[in-house]
Amino acid sequence: MALNAEQAERLGQLLSTHSDRISQRWSEVAAAPLKGRLTVAEAARHTGELQAQLRSALLAGATGVDSVHSAELRALLTELSRSRARMGFTASETATSVFALKTALYEAADVEKGDDAALRDYVAWSALIDELGLFTFEAYSRAREEIITAQGEQLLELSTPVVKLWEGVVAVPLVGTLDSARAQVVMERLLEALVDTGSPYAIIDITGVPAVDTQVAQHVLKTVMAARLMGAECIISGIRPQIAQTIVTLGIEFGDIVTKASLADALRHAVQRRNADQRAVKREA
Amino acid sequence: MTTSEATDRQVQAISSDEDVVRVRQLVRTAAVAAKLSLVDQTKVVTAASELARNTLVYGGGGSAEVCRVLNGSRHGVRIVFTDSGPGIADVELALTDGYTSGTGMGLGLSGARRLVDEFHLDTAVGAGTTVAVVKWAR
Ligand SMILES: Nc1ncnc2c1ncn2[C@@H]1O[C@H](COP(=O)(O)OP(=O)(O)OP(=O)(O)O)[C@@H](O)[C@H]1O
Ligand SMILES: [Mg+2]
Repeated sequence: MALNAEQAERLGQLLSTHSDRISQRWSEVAAAPLKGRLTVAEAARHTGELQAQLRSALLAGATGVDSVHSAELRALLTELSRSRARMGFTASETATSVFALKTALYEAADVEKGDDAALRDYVAWSALIDELGLFTFEAYSRAREEIITAQGEQLLELSTPVVKLWEGVVAVPLVGTLDSARAQVVMERLLEALVDTGSPYAIIDITGVPAVDTQVAQHVLKTVMAARLMGAECIISGIRPQIAQTIVTLGIEFGDIVTKASLADALRHAVQRRNADQRAVKREA
Repeated sequence: MTTSEATDRQVQAISSDEDVVRVRQLVRTAAVAAKLSLVDQTKVVTAASELARNTLVYGGGGSAEVCRVLNGSRHGVRIVFTDSGPGIADVELALTDGYTSGTGMGLGLSGARRLVDEFHLDTAVGAGTTVAVVKWAR
């Protein structure tokens, strides 16, 4: 709680009586450091919405950012922080838009005159604006984290490299969580690579998959079946001991699919099989 | 459920694939804190993954409550999955290996039960489903 009830009410009234003057000054001061990256009209719209929301929160009885009456104000601040984070503004640039209200209030309340009561009010209001600014700062940080996580996930989707390990052998390392969307990407890339390189063997390496559950297993099995339809054999590698035990307890069966502990083992196996295939072809010729 | 002290309680809503990932991460963290072996960590994380996805897919979303439990000197992890979906009409059938009403392998529920030490399924048609599991450190 930043204010007492009377201080909150007086601020609400000031925001009403000097509505235009405050909104004009607030948006000016807020827009200054964002010049060129946010239009004056946009900045004014944001501060205008904040002003309206702050006023109704105060007149409803809010005395701080945590008040029940401030719920909509908090939602608005969170939304503002998110959109600023997405647009690439820094945390302090975002919080400054809130702090700019101080300048507007200072002028509107004639604090300059040096009247004691006005000064006391201004100090209390400043504390409220600090709270709002800090709230914005935190909301911004959370939004930033979410954006970074989302970008990481997108990167993961893009970085599904299918590499040719050996003549006739391609490999795809699976990393991270294999949701349905990514599994689809992996399957398509692998099948394309089999066609492009004319490889009869593919290694699916799951070393980087932290948990192999039924969904992952089902995706891998589908990929293996699709490769088989194209005449290629898949080998699953990178099954660490703890994953092996978990798969068995879960009840998943990989049937006649060859599985190996490491990528090196899988490659050795594929190369041997390939050499055997070629000898067989030569004998027939 | 065994009487035990619960700490570090965390609740995660489940309404998307990303939330299933978050549940797995919470459970992994709790399992490490409870000093479960690597195999047991992997087992409980995998069980949680199955149950979280069932909550999402069949329960229409819900939540997971993850906490560490202590029973005497024994540490463990407890996870309670709750949804207010359609419930399960035939529990025995749902717990049969290979049974699925969808397009899955039908191993999630029965497999999860095998992966944990305690498993309590509470469900009624039209009244949602709650699955509580515990994995103890050895
Ligand atoms: N929370 C739930 N609410 C309603 N029905 C459920 C719920 N959890 C499981 N079921 C039912 O139990 C069946 C078996 O679940 P299980 O997790 O074993 O298999 P699945 O999810 O269909 O496939 P898999 O988990 O192997 O990918 C489901 O198909 C579904 O009909
Ligand atoms: Mg399932």
